[in-house]
Amino acid sequence: MSKLYLARNPRVAARSLDGEMMIMSGRDSTLFTLNKTATILWQAADGATPLDEIVESRICAAFDVEPSRALQDAETLARELATHEILQVSEEPIVPQTSPAGDAR
Amino acid sequence: MNGLLEEMTAKALKLNVPLSVQLDLTYRCNERCVHCYLDHEDHGEMTTAEIKHVLDEMADAGVFILTLSGGEILLRKDFFELLEYARLKLMFCVKLKTNAILIRQPEAARIRELGVESVQISIYSHRPEVHDAITLVPGSLQRSVQAIRFLKSQGLRVVMANVLMVQNAQDYPGVRALAGELGVECTLDPTITPMMDGDRSVLSLGVDQDALRQVFRDASLVGDVDEFCAIPDPAEKSELENLPCSAGHTTCYVSPYGDVFPCVQFPLPTGNVRQQRFIDIWRHSDSMNEVRSIRVKDLSTCTQCTHVSSCSRCPGLAFMEGNMRGPSSQDCEKSFARTGIPSANMLSKRRSAPHLVQIRALPALASATA
Repeated sequence: MSKLYLARNPRVAARSLDGEMMIMSGRDSTLFTLNKTATILWQAADGATPLDEIVESRICAAFDVEPSRALQDAETLARELATHEILQVSEEPIVPQTSPAGDAR
Repeated sequence: MNGLLEEMTAKALKLNVPLSVQLDLTYRCNERCVHCYLDHEDHGEMTTAEIKHVLDEMADAGVFILTLSGGEILLRKDFFELLEYARLKLMFCVKLKTNAILIRQPEAARIRELGVESVQISIYSHRPEVHDAITLVPGSLQRSVQAIRFLKSQGLRVVMANVLMVQNAQDYPGVRALAGELGVECTLDPTITPMMDGDRSVLSLGVDQDALRQVFRDASLVGDVDEFCAIPDPAEKSELENLPCSAGHTTCYVSPYGDVFPCVQFPLPTGNVRQQRFIDIWRHSDSMNEVRSIRVKDLSTCTQCTHVSSCSRCPGLAFMEGNMRGPSSQDCEKSFARTGIPSANMLSKRRSAPHLVQIRALPALASATA
């Protein structure tokens, strides 16, 4: 299975409100809130860390879940977030245009 | 407001988070609109570094929607540096308010590239002789409309903001037609704001009851006219516990000099970000907390008024009339124009107005001057 890299779409707006991530689409100003797993993917989406490492270090560490299943679910979720233009997904590392993870408070 | 934004606003209110802030980058302007409430001199604007610092503080405080306004924002030489910082580093949802005179294709492309949510542009008339007579800049309508075309060609959301006043009272259908032709949204606001220094002379530009009635009975603006102009039901007891507006609750305003106010239309000083952290002003300012403590039941005149449950009363305009718990006469006029029922404030003014006395020349003086 090839590696996947995630980066934040620089056209969205984002803010954490009491731990809940609000994202406004840059395409049509639709507002989304992210669940816990999606928030983890968003926060870790630095364009350089492969998805399997994110899943291993941040999802499996936080949830009692079998790693291969977690990776499959995370990839599905990442691709769904990409369809809403919240994340960019690529098989190559992505040079991020936004600040490093953590700056979108 | 859509459902999710409403939900997040309710959450922000509960957590005392300033979800939305208007930051004026400058009061300098390249137009001189006759109704403007600002003094256009630079009395010591925040520097680039100071603004970036306050943006950092706002992001830390949870601000999500950032409206950059002025004055004319593009007169700041660091405008795109600040916009890039706000969007790419801090990921605010950024809205711009501008006259757009300085926006050409490259500026429009950069605004699009930086993911700005919307651009609001003031258009007062579809007729250059009327618009330009309000801005006092010949050719301004043509340049603003050209900028709207540039912004639209980039796929940006553009909103034309039309302030209704005596000079343009009959032109709003033309402005709306222009908006339709350009494929942009259009808002209409009959509110004239007194000058920030308290000078109320600009209020003479406000439209009269006839013009307000015409606007409020235009179905293309208000939808169901019967519903919009209906006499309101008496307020429920629970409605008296409501907040008068979002100023100081989930929104506030920061001037180019770092002064923090509950709203751009509510010039009650609450602190300055050059001396205090933004979040400390937001949470601990006595003035901000006083604004926050007010409920509809605390509005002495308005609680006696038929319109209390449906009035658009602006606490900032009331403050500028002398009492933040008092009525806002401009909103009383609007309620009257909608329903034909005078507000409690209007009735009390009529009762306290001195009776007119016919003054006749004294016979002795009349004969002396004959």
